[in-house]
Amino acid sequence: MDSNPRVCVMGEDVGHYGGSYKVTKGLATKFGDLRVLDTPIAENSFTGMGIGAAMTGLRPVIEGMNMGFLLLAFNQISNNCGMLHYTSGGQFTIPVVIRGPGGVGRQLGAEHSQRLESYFQSIPGLQMVACSTPYNAKGLMKAAIRSENPVVLFEHVLLYNLKERIPDEEYVLCLEEAEMVRPGEHVTILTYSRMRYHVMQAAKTLVNKGYDPEVIDIRSLKPFDLHAIGNSIKKTHRVLIVEECMRTGGIGASLRSAIIDNFWDYLDAPIMCLSSQDVPTPYAGTLEEWTVVQPAQIVTAVEQLCK
Amino acid sequence: MALICNARSRAARLLPQALSALPVIGRPNAPKSQASLGNEPGRRLASARAGESVSPLSDECSNQVLDFPGGKLMFSPDMRFLSGSTGERVSCYRVLDDNGHRISDNSFQELSEKVAVKMYRDMITLQVMDTIFYEAQRQGRISFYLTSTGEEAINIASAAALSNEDVIFPQYREPGVLLWRGFTLQEFANQCFGNKSDYGKGRQMPIHYGSSKYNYFTVSSPIATQLPQAVGAAYSLKMDKKNACAVTYFGDGGTSEGDFHAALNFAAVMEAPVIFFCRNNGWAISTPTSEQFRSDGVVTRGQAYGIRSIRVDGNDALAVYSAVHMAREMAVFEARPILIEALTYRVGHHSTSDDSTKYRLVDEIEHWRSSRDPISRYRWWLERNGWWCDDAESELRSSVRKELLQAIQVAEREQKPALGELFSDVYDIIPSNLREQEQFLRHTVKKHPGDYPHNVPA
Repeated sequence: MDSNPRVCVMGEDVGHYGGSYKVTKGLATKFGDLRVLDTPIAENSFTGMGIGAAMTGLRPVIEGMNMGFLLLAFNQISNNCGMLHYTSGGQFTIPVVIRGPGGVGRQLGAEHSQRLESYFQSIPGLQMVACSTPYNAKGLMKAAIRSENPVVLFEHVLLYNLKERIPDEEYVLCLEEAEMVRPGEHVTILTYSRMRYHVMQAAKTLVNKGYDPEVIDIRSLKPFDLHAIGNSIKKTHRVLIVEECMRTGGIGASLRSAIIDNFWDYLDAPIMCLSSQDVPTPYAGTLEEWTVVQPAQIVTAVEQLCK
Repeated sequence: MALICNARSRAARLLPQALSALPVIGRPNAPKSQASLGNEPGRRLASARAGESVSPLSDECSNQVLDFPGGKLMFSPDMRFLSGSTGERVSCYRVLDDNGHRISDNSFQELSEKVAVKMYRDMITLQVMDTIFYEAQRQGRISFYLTSTGEEAINIASAAALSNEDVIFPQYREPGVLLWRGFTLQEFANQCFGNKSDYGKGRQMPIHYGSSKYNYFTVSSPIATQLPQAVGAAYSLKMDKKNACAVTYFGDGGTSEGDFHAALNFAAVMEAPVIFFCRNNGWAISTPTSEQFRSDGVVTRGQAYGIRSIRVDGNDALAVYSAVHMAREMAVFEARPILIEALTYRVGHHSTSDDSTKYRLVDEIEHWRSSRDPISRYRWWLERNGWWCDDAESELRSSVRKELLQAIQVAEREQKPALGELFSDVYDIIPSNLREQEQFLRHTVKKHPGDYPHNVPA
């Protein structure tokens, strides 16, 4: 926002309140309440507003207070955001960033635990990325704002408290690239967002048991970084996908399909995919824990895959 | 600079007149001390408490005053429900009577002969264009069409009152605005035929025009989605302090959409320079307005959101022109939204996929087509000024018709967009997965040429 006066933020309570997860804290005092705009509660409409502003030359960052609320904005996101560059014959661009916290939190109930990446992944014209560390959050956010395409940036409710030393100076990460978290030889584990941490925890156990997992944070949910993923599969020949999406129609489902299409010959075993069950996320703590993939399951899956 | 000063003083002169004519505006809002084009930090950040309402009460009745978020107000021991309707309907502004005579002592925005004649010429062009494209659809030459018959005055007069910098967010029954700005008949035809020269590159149905050159945003089929987008554009214009506003058009049916509600609400809260222009033509496909809402039309809703609103006779070109002209000045120089409800009638069917005689009386349609025609009414006024005559009329109609038939022929013969255009513009740069899909398609077409159209360039 400092370097480009066209960047603005809009969403509910992003202004003086600083955002429900304090992502925009301090921005309204610094940039004024026009550039950091508090909107009334109407997701479809403020997303539409962001689209109109983008078509007229601004670069809005639209915040959904929780990703799940963006289901109300599905019409604007699908029919207009994704499509207008195409249907206008390239005359109008929509360089918006749509972002917000999503995923399963701590007992937030079903409506606040949605995985929107499942629903949005099919929309043509959109790009989707998921950040997972303070370092990649900064780099991906900058890249998303600078992109001429509409980008949906998925943050996770439980990752906002992560602390990490990151460079003060500017850096931009590539929106379409995956991140190599831990190189290895035995198995390729593909994951993103919060599940990366469950995978890394499982990796510790696996290493103790003598396995050498390669962990890739795919980051780019649409399109997939098939280059990095392919290179890994060609090395290990075994794939485990760990995701928070539901079993049906999630990122894992599409990723499995893409791997089969492109790297079938390199697989020594069927692709395994650990996902949440096809149930609304329950409130009770124990039930909620059972619906999210846990490190122990990941360890078991790798052992099975590498038999 | 001079232009802006003149406009402001004219606005200042006409504004009290316009406002006093309407009983619904009692006290004007506390005026802002500076022009409202700027990014005012202000009431919102300054107050840590819930905001005060704009019109403060006098101190006299302090023992009958209640204090709640939103401000002070009087309380009453009598339980009285506000009626759902005001009894008397909001009156409708018109300048010309049904025969094109000036209803005397009305104020209206004067027109030069040049602008007045161009308005008429464009209304006729729009009418002829609609007739011929409709026929072309019936002949199977284009797949779909949608006319603006009966709404020519709305289309052209509103466009004439705006500047070319004002950004337009149309619904789909406003091609006249694009026509006014300079879109040619050939360009219209190209879009309808979805050929190589279509600016939309053949990606949209006919009548889904769009032109970045003329600040006319590509038509998108879902109803009322353009309303919040227009508010966003107005927000952008306000941030850039431009001498321009956003204008969005929609029908009576569109006012039922959630986006209508939120857009008006946002625009009011954000003080965005946007004109909401409602074409209340009585019908939303087969739904008459009596089944669309129970309010007194659309104009009363503006007040509910705190938006200055007016109802005009949409078939009176001079009234539409004046109202839009004034609305634009208020929107731009006071940074506020305006709602205009233009009453009119949809003389044609909803589209070529509709036969409206199935749900409305043929007599009703004929009545509006002939005795309430906006074009004839305007022509009589024009002729009385000595600015038009029968010869000019027949000459115009035949030349437009000829030009259209020619444009259709050219558009029809023009090549379709190339195969590559199926994959371009989805993103700014074609990503690898789409490139793969394109290769696969090219390969398939090459292998089975008999199964694919041969008039599509590679």
